[in-house]
Amino acid sequence: MDINYTAILPEIMLSLVGICIMLLIPFVPRERQTHLGYLALAGIVLAFFGVAMGWGQTDLAFSEMIFQDDFGQFSKIFFLFVSTVILLISMNYLEQEKLFQGEFFVLLLFATVGMLFMATSADLIMTFLGLEVLSISTYILAGFKERERKSSEAAWKYFLLGAFSTAFLLYGIAFVYGATGSTKYLQIAEAIQASPDYSLILFVGLGLMMVGFGFKVALAPFHAWTPDVYEGAPIPITALLAVASKGAALLALVRILYQVFPDLSQQWQAILWPMAVMTMAIGNIAALTQSNIKRMLAYSSIAHAGYLLVGLTAHNPLATQGILFYLVAYAFMTLGALIVVQIVGRREEQHTTIEDYNGIGYRYPFLGIALSVFLISLAGIPATAGFMGKLFVFSAAVQSQMYGLVVIALVTSAIGLYYYLRVIVSMYMGEFKTEKIPITISMPLRIILTLLVLGTLYLGILPGSLLNLAEEAASF
Amino acid sequence: MVLEHFWILILFPLVGAAMNGILGRRFPHPVIAWLSCSTVALSFLVALLSFYNFIRLPEDQRILTHHLFTWIQSGNFISEFSFLLDPLSMVMILVVTGVGFLIHIYSLGYMAGQSGYYRYFAYLNLFIFMMSVLVLADNYLLMFVGWEGVGLCSYLLIGYSFEKRTAGDAAKKAFILNRIGDVGFLIGVFLIFRTFESVQYLTVFQAVSEQFAVMGTEFGVLGAITLLLFIGATGKSAQIPLYVWLPDAMEGPTPVSALIHAATMVTAGVYMIARSAPLYSRAPETLFIIAVVGISTALLAALIATVQRDIKKVLAYSTISQLGYMFLAMGVGAFGAGVFHLLTHAFFKALLFLGSGSVIMALHHEQDLFKMGGLRKYLPVTFYTMWMGALAIAGVPLFSGFFSKDAILWKTFAAGNEALWLMGVVVAGLTAFYVSRLMFLTFHGGERSEKHHQGAPDPSPKEPSWSVTLPLIILAGFSLLAGYIGLPSYLGNNRLEEFLAPSFRFQFSGQAASAMEHAHLTEVILTLVTLAVAFLGFALAYHFYIKNPQVAERLANRFPWLYSLLRRKFFLDEIYDWLIVGPVQRISRTILWKGMDVHVIDGLVHGTASLMQAWSHRVKRIQSGYARLYATWILGGALLILFYYYWISP
Amino acid sequence: MLASYVPIVIFILVALSLPVVGLVVGRLIRPYKPHATKLMAYECGVDPEGDARDRFSIRFYIIAILFVVFEVETIFLFPWAIIYRRLALFGFIEMLVFLGILIVGYFYVWKKGALEWV
Repeated sequence: MDINYTAILPEIMLSLVGICIMLLIPFVPRERQTHLGYLALAGIVLAFFGVAMGWGQTDLAFSEMIFQDDFGQFSKIFFLFVSTVILLISMNYLEQEKLFQGEFFVLLLFATVGMLFMATSADLIMTFLGLEVLSISTYILAGFKERERKSSEAAWKYFLLGAFSTAFLLYGIAFVYGATGSTKYLQIAEAIQASPDYSLILFVGLGLMMVGFGFKVALAPFHAWTPDVYEGAPIPITALLAVASKGAALLALVRILYQVFPDLSQQWQAILWPMAVMTMAIGNIAALTQSNIKRMLAYSSIAHAGYLLVGLTAHNPLATQGILFYLVAYAFMTLGALIVVQIVGRREEQHTTIEDYNGIGYRYPFLGIALSVFLISLAGIPATAGFMGKLFVFSAAVQSQMYGLVVIALVTSAIGLYYYLRVIVSMYMGEFKTEKIPITISMPLRIILTLLVLGTLYLGILPGSLLNLAEEAASF
Repeated sequence: MVLEHFWILILFPLVGAAMNGILGRRFPHPVIAWLSCSTVALSFLVALLSFYNFIRLPEDQRILTHHLFTWIQSGNFISEFSFLLDPLSMVMILVVTGVGFLIHIYSLGYMAGQSGYYRYFAYLNLFIFMMSVLVLADNYLLMFVGWEGVGLCSYLLIGYSFEKRTAGDAAKKAFILNRIGDVGFLIGVFLIFRTFESVQYLTVFQAVSEQFAVMGTEFGVLGAITLLLFIGATGKSAQIPLYVWLPDAMEGPTPVSALIHAATMVTAGVYMIARSAPLYSRAPETLFIIAVVGISTALLAALIATVQRDIKKVLAYSTISQLGYMFLAMGVGAFGAGVFHLLTHAFFKALLFLGSGSVIMALHHEQDLFKMGGLRKYLPVTFYTMWMGALAIAGVPLFSGFFSKDAILWKTFAAGNEALWLMGVVVAGLTAFYVSRLMFLTFHGGERSEKHHQGAPDPSPKEPSWSVTLPLIILAGFSLLAGYIGLPSYLGNNRLEEFLAPSFRFQFSGQAASAMEHAHLTEVILTLVTLAVAFLGFALAYHFYIKNPQVAERLANRFPWLYSLLRRKFFLDEIYDWLIVGPVQRISRTILWKGMDVHVIDGLVHGTASLMQAWSHRVKRIQSGYARLYATWILGGALLILFYYYWISP
Repeated sequence: MLASYVPIVIFILVALSLPVVGLVVGRLIRPYKPHATKLMAYECGVDPEGDARDRFSIRFYIIAILFVVFEVETIFLFPWAIIYRRLALFGFIEMLVFLGILIVGYFYVWKKGALEWV
């Protein structure tokens, strides 16, 4: 019975702090509820310590349910950073929308716990557990603005469809267990290696599991919930869904496909290939004519999931490296873009159409430049992180000789240029409408945005350091 | 010591061009003038000093190279920025910097007070730089850099008064025709590289002399190379069929016409052939073509020159004609003679142009011969110096032109081309005719110029300043004396040929040195024949324009069609327009622009965009917001996957 | 291997057939004598009023959810209780942690007022 507590120290910290906040909520007066966010922040800091304490160990832990490898460390730090950013912007958001409910932070912390488990899990049950913790927290968070119809609708759709696809996932796990006799990653892999004649049940299990993960990562044809949910959810939660939730599911999928089912690569590549094509196509094409920027970014994130999927399909070490790099780059640019959307959206997210961005570039140059950098990075133009990410991911695909896929990816990428640039054009060449409420950018948001812009550019010009980290992580 | 660093002479005009070009707008005119003239003067000085040391070297050491840096290195293609100083380039560089310097001095007076002063001198300096690179290069690629560079400067200077539509058009015409020739030139250089794996002169020539030791009978690769290079020469040196830009180029300031379109740039083609003598001497078919083209051009141009009204146009066609002579020389293998004529022509043609410039200035930019006359008493220096140039070009004995032209004609005859020789003699006659016609109409006879210029303070023409007349005098001196370095064999040693011999050492010496070479008597007789014809031309001109001025007009009316033909330059410009320019423009407009560009390319782009937009709307609408539909998709996707796995399972 | 599914199949069949049989037999046996009063909706003996399609208070839902949660908690207590001996101190503390988390949840629900019926 080896329980290596240091392995799950971050999760323990986060959970404990979450529980503390939960206990405090009834006692904190309504207007001060958002201050509980600082407590949550402390929790994340403690989690960072937890990661630091568990550094350098390479083992299975917690009854062989948790991996302690470089991949896991990378993922943990990634999610903790993303959660920090989302936490900070949430505090600003909640103040702005006068949503004085500390439960937000509790759920955020719990969601982070879920993400951490998903990325470091060594057992299918553990993965499922993490997925559910993450999902249920985000179901609630998506509908946090109860008064808003759209928010409730988003939460409801997300919950319904999420539960539906989780069922597929669970069923798939069951089948895999039935075919291989275990739910632990390494044992499943051994079992598959041991008996080369694969039964149909194994494939069925694999397929169903991919349905479940496909939903979470928003891959076509399981992506349909994304535009409605992203549009309806409060912006920090959109960010959480687009970056953290998607990332967690993707990293879990990477582990599962590369560590558990590497021998079945032909079979799952055959499925991923058309999924990638559809995802990129639908994401980019549908985004072209969107007028709501949140919806547009939702489709954009679908498209980016497609690009990540191209890397995933490639199945070589460069691919893992590329996916990790791309995920970080993607986090930078999507978080940045959504923060700007939050700032421009103002109270009750009134201004989230592309027309609302007319002329913003000259009136608020800081925002203009920031958003331009993020959009250009999303479009994949050189000297930005987005370009580097695409470069690595597509190179991995080329390495596996998936030329057709790369060509399609590049074509759809080119198509996608339009809707990103449209916003930039609107910002700098649109006519500025006089506004009733001016845009204000609080200092913390300003700092975060600056850091994100700098990070995007840094990764685009000097990707080396992150690349090395990703390389180490890619070897599991 | 100077000799080792001979190549720095090209840097001075470059610096001058850069400084005048970039900062000249703010310089006062004297500074600009000083700057550009001194750079060329320095170059000339270096050239002179180098020459002084050069001739002290023993003959077999008169080849110096200097490697500046390696320019291109790609695979086994290496192109160096390096320079070669041998007798041929020595002669050329002296001409370029010397005449160039004189013309810079002349320009001080001629261009005084003009707007864009700094531009003119910057371009002029740049030209000297480019021309120097051209003649000092030691490989074909670097020569081509200079080749293109002088073409550029020619364009810039022809179009100096770009406000005038005609000037701009002329500049474009020059550049375009040059370019057409350059296509041939470049392909020739490519072939050289392919055949010899190098573009460096010495390497190529060495290889040629080894590989092609025996004269082949087929029109092989050498024939192709030489022909292609010659096509480039027809563009640059205004031969048939690409000469039509030169008359139009007279739109540029007269000193430019003198320097670029008489003395130096147009001779680049001749230089190039002389330089490539090892190649040409082994390609008899090409040589024949060159000779025929050369003499035909000479004849055609001379005919046209006889009826031109504009003083500069007469000289332009004269230049084309004399260039034809040089190519004739090349064509019969008389490379040295061709270079000799290049040298003398540089002097007397520049002189004639500069003199005409002086006349034009004095008459306030009147260029029509029939509005001149009787200027000898107003412009004495110009008068005397121009007559010296005219006598030189007409081939009057004692003057330089006599020696060089006769050398060409004799070599032509001696190589067995009697028909070409005869044509050459006819051209000599025509030359004498048109140049004396020019002189008579300008300086002799009654004054036909309009004396009333509104409010002009001093209507009568005056001799221009010393800066104009000094170069005229110097050039006149050379026009007289330059011939003595190339004495015909019955009079003594041809020092120039001897001097140039090392440059031609790879020349194919298969042709038996004609026994004719030593038939002095024949040579003398032929010379006398030529002189007679020239005198005839001179006399005819005198008759037409001094004795009996109406004769010319009556003749013109008697044979209107002939007169028209000549006047309209054999309608060649019109033919070109109809044949080439018109169709190209039409094709560009309708097919390429409207058809390809608008319909196909734009169509593709806009079409793709609208297609994407349509698809986007459709995809958007599928997203209905209806949760049950989404769930159906998930189920559908799952079923597809399962079905697939069922299908492929063992 | 497939043989082990047989009991499940039998179970399904029985489960399916029970209601079917019940309904069919009932339909066949019972007398059919409709009367207005007999056909009225049952509302605790009182005359029914209004539409049946009213909105229900969400309290029912919350109570039901809370019930399920604590019910499952209780269910987990059973297997733990059975091998309590073997799990020794470690098992005890672990179950305390489990119960503790749920008590925190209960505390939260209580303080938030979800247990107020009114």
